[in-house]
Amino acid sequence: MLPSLWSNPKVRFGLVVVGFFTALAVLGPWLTESVLGVDPRANDISAIASPPSAEHWLGTTQFGQDVLAQLVAGARGSMFVGVLAALIGTALAIAFGVTAGYFGGTVDHILNFVTNLFMVMPVLPLIFIVSGYLRGTGLWVIAVIIGVFGWAGGARTLRAQTLSVRNRDFVLGMRMLGESHGRLVAVEVLPHLVGWIASMFLGALIGGILAEAGLAFLGISDSGSISWGSMIQAAQSQSAVLRGIWWWFVPPGLCIALIGTAAAMINFGVDELANPKLRAGTRRVIRRTRRAERAVAAEGGAA
Amino acid sequence: MTAAPEAVAGESTPVLSAVDVTKHFVVRGAVGDSSVVRAVENASVDLHEGRIVAVVGESGSGKTTLARMLARFYEPTTGEILLDGVPATGRATRTYHQDVQLIFQDPFGSLNPVHRVRHNLDRALRIHDRRLSASERRKAAIELLERVSLTPGEDYLDKFPHELSGGQRQRVVIARALAVGPRVLLGDEPISMLDVSIRLEMLNLLDRLRREDGLALLYITHDIASARYVCDDVVVMYAGEMVEGGPKEEVIARPAHPYTKLLVESSPDPDRVGTLSREELFDDAEALGEPPSLIEPPDGCRFHPRCPFAMERCRTQAPPRTDVGGGHWARCWLHQEGRAEEIGATTFAAALANRDKEVRS
Amino acid sequence: MTADIRDHTASQHLADGPPGDAGTVLDVRDLTVSYVGPDGGTVACRDVTFQLGRGEVLGIAGESGSGKSTLITALTRLQRPPATTTAGSIVFHPSDGRPGIDLVPLGSRELRRLRWTSMSIVLQSAMDALNPVMRLGDQFADVLRTHHRGMDRAAAKVRTVELLGMVGISADRARSFPHEMSGGMRQRATIALALACSPQLVVMDEPTTAVDVVMQRQIMAQVLRLRRELGFAVIIVTHDLSLLLEVADRIAIMYAGRIVEIGSAEALYRTPAHPYTRGLRDSFPPLHAPLTTLHGIPGTPPDLRRLPTGCPFHPRCPVAVEACSSTKPPLVHLPDQAAECLLLTPEATS
Repeated sequence: MLPSLWSNPKVRFGLVVVGFFTALAVLGPWLTESVLGVDPRANDISAIASPPSAEHWLGTTQFGQDVLAQLVAGARGSMFVGVLAALIGTALAIAFGVTAGYFGGTVDHILNFVTNLFMVMPVLPLIFIVSGYLRGTGLWVIAVIIGVFGWAGGARTLRAQTLSVRNRDFVLGMRMLGESHGRLVAVEVLPHLVGWIASMFLGALIGGILAEAGLAFLGISDSGSISWGSMIQAAQSQSAVLRGIWWWFVPPGLCIALIGTAAAMINFGVDELANPKLRAGTRRVIRRTRRAERAVAAEGGAA
Repeated sequence: MTAAPEAVAGESTPVLSAVDVTKHFVVRGAVGDSSVVRAVENASVDLHEGRIVAVVGESGSGKTTLARMLARFYEPTTGEILLDGVPATGRATRTYHQDVQLIFQDPFGSLNPVHRVRHNLDRALRIHDRRLSASERRKAAIELLERVSLTPGEDYLDKFPHELSGGQRQRVVIARALAVGPRVLLGDEPISMLDVSIRLEMLNLLDRLRREDGLALLYITHDIASARYVCDDVVVMYAGEMVEGGPKEEVIARPAHPYTKLLVESSPDPDRVGTLSREELFDDAEALGEPPSLIEPPDGCRFHPRCPFAMERCRTQAPPRTDVGGGHWARCWLHQEGRAEEIGATTFAAALANRDKEVRS
Repeated sequence: MTADIRDHTASQHLADGPPGDAGTVLDVRDLTVSYVGPDGGTVACRDVTFQLGRGEVLGIAGESGSGKSTLITALTRLQRPPATTTAGSIVFHPSDGRPGIDLVPLGSRELRRLRWTSMSIVLQSAMDALNPVMRLGDQFADVLRTHHRGMDRAAAKVRTVELLGMVGISADRARSFPHEMSGGMRQRATIALALACSPQLVVMDEPTTAVDVVMQRQIMAQVLRLRRELGFAVIIVTHDLSLLLEVADRIAIMYAGRIVEIGSAEALYRTPAHPYTRGLRDSFPPLHAPLTTLHGIPGTPPDLRRLPTGCPFHPRCPVAVEACSSTKPPLVHLPDQAAECLLLTPEATS
């Protein structure tokens, strides 16, 4: 499955982009200090809100901070929130969805009730309230909030998938040997959900990044840390759009859009693999077949 | 086919038996209404060491439900499953399955596509005996594979299911079941999804397991010819009820129930080619009817709406079990009314056409 | 009457008569079908040649991977990429004496005109052929009125009732949806639907695999009677040789994409010439004859991408000789059948 995933151009594009930003997030501080040689928080009094130049490739903020350095540092903040939120959300979705689907009965009734509760809860207002209480406690709190409120949809999907795998003969067969439920779930059922979980994780990742940006834009963020969301929020508070200072909001906005596209591409690619009817390759097969037919016809004509 | 050792039922305690088991499923409709599907009704079967019992019936006859009750995937609504004469309900399913294993119909579905053959056998051996070392388990796994004629066993250990043919997969499934050292194997149409040319070897394998290891086998099938090939005793099911049973040659050559007769006469038998013309072969075979709904089965004998011999009594009263000698029994009023010889007099289709003619005139 | 048809077609087949013979409805020659892949093609059906007489029942038996499904989709021109017909012809001879039509180069419009009226198809699963959200009667009317311009609603209704009656389905069932009927009744309805426009050829792909033996017998009895009354020819494709032996006039046995033996049903049962046919016949335990231990055919069918050299059956063949692994077996004609086996050649038998 993995080699065929990589051979799909959409998936390849998506994985390269996600890999790039992950690397940026990991290497961020080292990059800004050693390669660019600037501190994202350092104020350059000589260049306040200056447009891109040789010295500041993406210009500076109203405090004279280098936008490129901020962008790199922001990658770490945004990716941190995204990854942590996705980890928490996916873990909860697996815990609720797979457990409910596998055991069924009363367990399912209870877990499904909780899942539905989280589905219908007005998440955004709740996030406002909770984050209002926890204001200023860092990016990880934001990530936890996003993760804890965003798993219900995934749990539903996993529950449905687990239900379909659970009654397959191979699970019954292994159960008949005396396998424990824990092992049946982990070794027999979960491998069949890997595709779903992976695409869910990517979805949650981009969702987390967007949610963080949205919350920051609305003023719910950690003022001390740098993320793409806080950059856009700063630009907004200074009316950057009206003043035409595009380099404040375009770079972080583009990054968010790019990573969103990448996640969507990976999902498309996984879908195509799972469902051959969608495959763009089908067209290739048809073309190849028609070519073979024409070749036969030409041969017949010549003979 | 070699004859099985003469172990007549009643001499020894059956390893596994179903006593008067009934299974009703409650089906809930979309608008909250519910109906009861009477899948199996008062079925009894005994499995003895070293013997094969075939349960023959069409789809919806309840044969798979019976097998799944014997495998304890479902608990019977009423009646009991006895293992060594002791009710199985008292035992944990986990220890029960050390003795009773089920082989599924679909060899493609019963092996997890993400695991190698090794995983399946290794887990089974490990669960069965925790003291075995890794190398002992490997050796045992190879032996198991060779026992089901996958030789040399080493070659198959690291294969994934998709690298094996249907027959090889089914052999792996049987090897996996044997790994826990069961005394009873239940086969739920184990050969019906395999290629025709390899079915017989699979049946020969079941026969060998019965002869060499003394396993008790239940062979569920819709194919009466394959049942005759491998089993000792046949039980025929119709619409959830057992209608006839006994030694295979008796039941197939001299059916004592009209339904068995219909089933035998409907099964393809190439030996008839050339001896009978096609017109004779298919004469009157166009309106033989269909099995009833199990939600509202007919009163009395469930076969009576299709039966050319049906009497008033058949419509109201369920027929009792009649012994017709030599362990052969049937549930049919004809035996109580002294009309038993009518069953053998004509073909089912001819009898049916005759009845319809009389009704019309 | 059956005997007439049988004798007639058997002699014709063996005489290698010229195409366009008045008694032939379908003339298939050297049909080769490949699955086109990125690294070349896999031949699933190779050099298939047979003639089908009017009103004849031809059975095609083969295991999974023998190419029988590929052959069926090629014959009915229902094949989809990557399958493609790379050689051969399928000539259909209309009953009115017009010249034969080669189906291979036809476009989809011409094919649509021929479907239902000249050749129709019954698939394994009736659910695939019937529209689940349409009443049975409406589906019949649909087919009838598409192919008989000018047929009005009332006439279509009358014809529908007549067609359903032919397969023993009562007229009031025309108001039913497919899911309200049993599997057997659905399958009989698809057969009636296939006969709606009086085709000369009905191709049946595993028509009774999804139903029980009693229903199988009823369906086959109906098909045989209708064939007698209406005179259409039938091709039945199935893995169940024991059924074919009872219902077919002639049987073709497929192995690894080739017809390895073709002949009258009785000859194939009494005196199979090809070792594979013999093995297949002996894979069905008898219902009444004395039991002996049978072994089927050891081994598994070959991978079409890596066919053995020489005779494709030689690795599994109990009577193979040295030459079988290197020499392609020729088609040998015998009185009642023809088979591709080296052991039947005059050199081998002498």
